[in-house]
Amino acid sequence: MKEIFKILEQNARATPAQIATMVDKPVSAVKKIIKQAEKDGTILKYKAIINWPKLGKEDIQALIEVRVTPQRDVGFDAIAERIYQFPEVYSAYVVSGTYDLALLVKGKNMQEISSFVTEKLAPLERVQSTVTHFLLKRYKENGEIFHLPKETNRRLPITL
Amino acid sequence: MPNTKPAATKARDNVISQTVATLPPSGIRKFFGLLSSVEDVISLSIGEPDFVTPWHIREAGIYSLEKGYTMYTSNSGMPELRQELASYLELRYGVSYHPEYEILITAGSSEGLDLVLRAIINTGDEVIIPDPCYVAYPADVILAGGAPILVPTNEENNFVVRATDIEARITKQTKAILLGYPANPTGAVMSKKEADAIAELAKKHDLLLISDEIYARLVYGAEHICFPSLPGMKKRTILISGFSKSHAMTGWRIGYVAADRRFTQALTKIHQYTLLCAPTMTQMAAIEALRNGDGEVEKMVQEYNRRRRFMVKRLNEIGLPCFEPKGAFFAFPSIKATGMNSEEFAEKLLLEEKVAVVPGLAFGPCGEGFVRCCYATSLPNIEEALRRMDRFVRKSRPRSE
Repeated sequence: MKEIFKILEQNARATPAQIATMVDKPVSAVKKIIKQAEKDGTILKYKAIINWPKLGKEDIQALIEVRVTPQRDVGFDAIAERIYQFPEVYSAYVVSGTYDLALLVKGKNMQEISSFVTEKLAPLERVQSTVTHFLLKRYKENGEIFHLPKETNRRLPITL
Repeated sequence: MPNTKPAATKARDNVISQTVATLPPSGIRKFFGLLSSVEDVISLSIGEPDFVTPWHIREAGIYSLEKGYTMYTSNSGMPELRQELASYLELRYGVSYHPEYEILITAGSSEGLDLVLRAIINTGDEVIIPDPCYVAYPADVILAGGAPILVPTNEENNFVVRATDIEARITKQTKAILLGYPANPTGAVMSKKEADAIAELAKKHDLLLISDEIYARLVYGAEHICFPSLPGMKKRTILISGFSKSHAMTGWRIGYVAADRRFTQALTKIHQYTLLCAPTMTQMAAIEALRNGDGEVEKMVQEYNRRRRFMVKRLNEIGLPCFEPKGAFFAFPSIKATGMNSEEFAEKLLLEEKVAVVPGLAFGPCGEGFVRCCYATSLPNIEEALRRMDRFVRKSRPRSE
C-alpha cells in the first residue's frame, strides 16, 4: 500500500491502471485504496510543482523565526493556529532550539512580506520576537532540484 | 556472443594475432552504426542503470581526490575495501572469505572474468556456457586459449540452464562451468534447486564453477543464490562481482573476485603485471558504497521492479510473449509471432518506430527469436517505447492471421 503512495508522490498523474501494473495488484484494489486515502486525508491534495521563475514570476519567500509565549493547556497550538491561518504563511512548524515557530512565508514582493511581519505577525499578543530571512535563491524544494541543466543523455545508445 | 561466421580474414597477415584476427566482432557492431544514424531514438538497448551513482558515493570519490589519494594501492586492493567486502559477503550470503588472501579488487568484473579465464585455462580446455549469454563469455574464453561449449537454454526453462544439459556436454577437456545468474540478456534467475543440481554436478565431475554474480542485488521476488555459499562449493567456485549494476557505478570500473587463495594468488599474478591495481578513487567510492549504500540500492531496486512489471505486462499484451524475468533489468520477449528474425525485427523497429532493442542473436544462437529490452530507463520512456512497439507489431503481423 505504501508503494502506491510513493508512486503517487513522485507522479500524481500516474493512473490507477499504471500503478496497478507497477505494484502487481488489481486495478480495482488500487482505485479503492486511493479513494479511501483521499477520503481519510492520507492523500491531501494533488499539486503541480511550477518553476515560476521560468515564467518570470517568482514569489518572494522568507523564512521567519518566531519566538512565542506558549499558553496554558494548549501549548503552542493556539498561537500557531492564529499564525498559520494567514494565507501568507505557506508552511508552519514548531521547532526545537532557540526559537519556537518556523514559518515559510510567500508574498508578491518584499513589501508584502514586510507588512505581513510588521502589521500582522509581530503585533500578535503572544509573539515575543521575529527574525525574517529573505530567500535569495532556490536550489531544491520538496526533493526537486531547480536550475538543473537540461538532462543530457550520458549513456551510450547501446551497451551489452 | 560472436557471430558464427569468422571475421574478414584480410587482417591475417601476422600483424594481428591469429586468435584476435579470427575472433568475430560482437554481433551488434553493425547495429551500433545504424543506431547512431537515427535521431530521437528511445533506447531499450542499454545494458547499464539509468541512475547516476548515488551522491554519497560520488562525494566519497571527490573527497578522495581532494585528499590527494592519487597513488597506487596494493595490488589486491585497499585492505579496508577487502575487509568491507568480506563482511558484506558473510553477512548477505553467509560465505566467508579471508580479506587478505581470498579477495582481489579488479577494474570492473570484466577484468575479473578475463583474469579468471587466463589463470585457469590451458590451451584447448573447454568451458561450458549457457546460450544465450553475455557477449564477453565465449570471447574471453577464446582469448584465453580455451573453447567455449554452449549449452542451449530455452523459454520453457525460463532460460535457466539445466544440470542434465550441462552434463551431456562434459568431456575430458572440460575445465569449468561459467554461469551468470541473474542473467544478461534474459533476466533469468536460478532457483536454489537448480543451483544445487549444478553444484552437485561440479563436485561429481570435479569441475570449477565460475559464477558471475554482477546482478545479484537486482532480484525481484526471488532470492539470489550465491554459488560459493552452497555446501562444499566455496573451494571450487570463483565468484566474480562488482558495483556497476547494484550501485549504478558502471563508469567507475570497480569489481572483485572472491575465491580460494590458490585462485586469487594466480589471478593476482596477472593483475599485478597488467592493471597493477584498480583505480584508487574508485576503490574509495566503493568503500562508501558498501558502508552506506544499501538504502539507495533498495530504492533503485524498487524502481526497477515497478518498471519491470510494467514492461513485462505490456509486452505480453502487445503480443510479444515474455516469461517473467526475476533479475537484472532485462526482459527477453519472443518475437517469433512477427515472422521476423531478431536482427530484422530490431532493425525495422529502429527505422520505423525509433525504438532500439538488442537482437537476441547477439547473445548466441538460442537468442534467435527474441530481443533484449532493458527497463533501466524512465517509465515515460518505457510507456512510449511500448506504444510504438505495439503499433509496429500490429503493422507487421503476417497477413495469414
